[in-house]
Amino acid sequence: MTFNRRTFLGTSAAAAVLAAPMVKAAGHGKPRVVVVGGGAGGATAARYVAKDSNGEIDVMLIEPTRTYYTCFFSNLYIGGFKDIGDLGHSYGGLAAGGVNVVHDWAIGVDRDAKTVSLAGGHTVPYDKLILSPGIDFVEGAVEGWDLSAQNAMPHAYKAGSQSELLKAQVMAMPEGGTYAMVAPPNPYRCPPGPYERVSMVAHYLKANNPTAKIIVADPKPKFSKMSLFQEGWGNHYEGMVDWIGEEFGGGAVSVDPGAMTVTIDGEETKVDVCNVIPAMKAGRIAELAGVTDGNWAPVNAADMSTKADADIYVLGDASQQGDMPKSGYSANSQAKVCANAVRGALTGSKVFPAKFSNTCWSLIAANDGVKVGATYEATDEKIAKVDGFISETGETSEVRKATYEESEGWYTGITTDMLG
Amino acid sequence: MRRSAILPTLCVLAISVGSALGETADIAAGEKVFQQCSGCHQVGADAQHRIGPHLNGLFGRPAASHAGFRYSKSFERAGTNGLEWHADTLDAFLENPRAMASGTRMSFGGLKDDTARINLIAYLRTFSDDPANIPEADPTALAASHDIDPEILALVGDPDYGQYLSGECTTCHQASGGDDGIPSIVYWPEEDFVVVMHAYKNKQRPHPVMQMIAGRLGDEEIAALAAYFAKIED
Repeated sequence: MTFNRRTFLGTSAAAAVLAAPMVKAAGHGKPRVVVVGGGAGGATAARYVAKDSNGEIDVMLIEPTRTYYTCFFSNLYIGGFKDIGDLGHSYGGLAAGGVNVVHDWAIGVDRDAKTVSLAGGHTVPYDKLILSPGIDFVEGAVEGWDLSAQNAMPHAYKAGSQSELLKAQVMAMPEGGTYAMVAPPNPYRCPPGPYERVSMVAHYLKANNPTAKIIVADPKPKFSKMSLFQEGWGNHYEGMVDWIGEEFGGGAVSVDPGAMTVTIDGEETKVDVCNVIPAMKAGRIAELAGVTDGNWAPVNAADMSTKADADIYVLGDASQQGDMPKSGYSANSQAKVCANAVRGALTGSKVFPAKFSNTCWSLIAANDGVKVGATYEATDEKIAKVDGFISETGETSEVRKATYEESEGWYTGITTDMLG
Repeated sequence: MRRSAILPTLCVLAISVGSALGETADIAAGEKVFQQCSGCHQVGADAQHRIGPHLNGLFGRPAASHAGFRYSKSFERAGTNGLEWHADTLDAFLENPRAMASGTRMSFGGLKDDTARINLIAYLRTFSDDPANIPEADPTALAASHDIDPEILALVGDPDYGQYLSGECTTCHQASGGDDGIPSIVYWPEEDFVVVMHAYKNKQRPHPVMQMIAGRLGDEEIAALAAYFAKIED
């Protein structure tokens, strides 16, 4: 099949293309894009703007850590299916791909001057600013817990040292000990994440400490893939997991990190590990930039620009966009729509209509993978769900194994797509 | 009163069977068609696996389910994803094998003649161990054509648009062509790419993620992706 043999129908494809205004950099050379946060949203956006503009745009990524540990698959590390090294990725591929990677903290945004100030003392100018800072925790969300308690009661919801700490604590549990999780209220990063973690902790304990117990205090009446997880817990970890939902007081929780106790609906329990995952909000820089409303940054669905400032975009967990779950896959998907729009605005390249998708895979036990996914489109109000699917209960072990293998393929795919 | 209840049922039967087996299926003619297959496949008493698996008891069996036969990776994936052999899936597969399993080792371009396919399927059906096990609801053949409209195949994809759309693919499928866990989609002949995407879009080929992604891609978008991935530079 060659091009010549086909009838060219360019206009029908082009009809969907929006007219892109040419907004060259004002009063300086190349247009400048600054990206804050090198996770699934920011790294992807930086890479795609640099890659697709072929050097026409200067791209700077500001990210404090030298090694990026993926939150996705960090539960598999806790379950013993991955090594911590498997989760760590360098930014070298982005640098080689033309992104100026600056390891520093962004501590302020001057929207009038269009500059970002860095903790190291520098101030960097931008034409377009993409913020992808992930999540921070809402202070005082869990009574008795604050940042000073995160060693005694780790959240492990930003991957890396916290993941290692939580795993070490699980491994050190006494025989027949108790692991407690304080689950977060909606909306939060990675909806199936806490329950995949419960599965992975149970997997470890079943093999190494089979009389141990897991208690989950949950402020929600239901959770992502609930029937799949509950089926899996019954099949693999019978009697080990006690999930206390909203109606049984799962939302009335306080902790005492000194005494290692958790009080759920007035009943105090001494525990050996306490994994506190507090309520979340957009990473702090979004608030400092003045683009948040409440805990999150409202954005326009067509290009991820903020409602507050057309030159500032917010991606991923920090954004309030509509129907997409806060996930690495979503952030990666949003980043590509945003990169296309930013490039169009700065260089006049074609801007194509927004299309988004997401799939979340979770591992319940060895070779027992499940998934949920959906496609989304941009409407005037929000990113709206178009179509979706979810794994079914009672699937064959072959299907579940294939789903897990697919998730491993996805991991390689998305990390390559983000970081080059 | 009785008549009105019976009539609609008869109509349905006439449509589903009449267009396929009832009037047109010719088992003897199907046996002749099978000569094209018999170089690789055996069927009937003492049938063994040869280059291809034997075809006894085919109806209602999941694809790639003979433990003693080494299938292509592509076919194993199709079986895991839920492909089962019924008249409709056999019809689609025989018409265009690549649409159902891109990497099948069956080097057969497809049987384009509708009547020949119906006859062949009717012939193969006589070798299902117990035809009574074939579900009543199992249609004996589909009248619909599975081949893609030549106008769709003739579309010239816009590779720039394809490059943008490819972002949705490369979250899972590596642009480098790496295929651990998820198959490679780079450097495919454009026509193959288009045929496969339409097979997902039309839900002939099973896989929930791919059916969802392909389901909302338009003909031009699929052509654009085919054009981009056929010549991707990485």
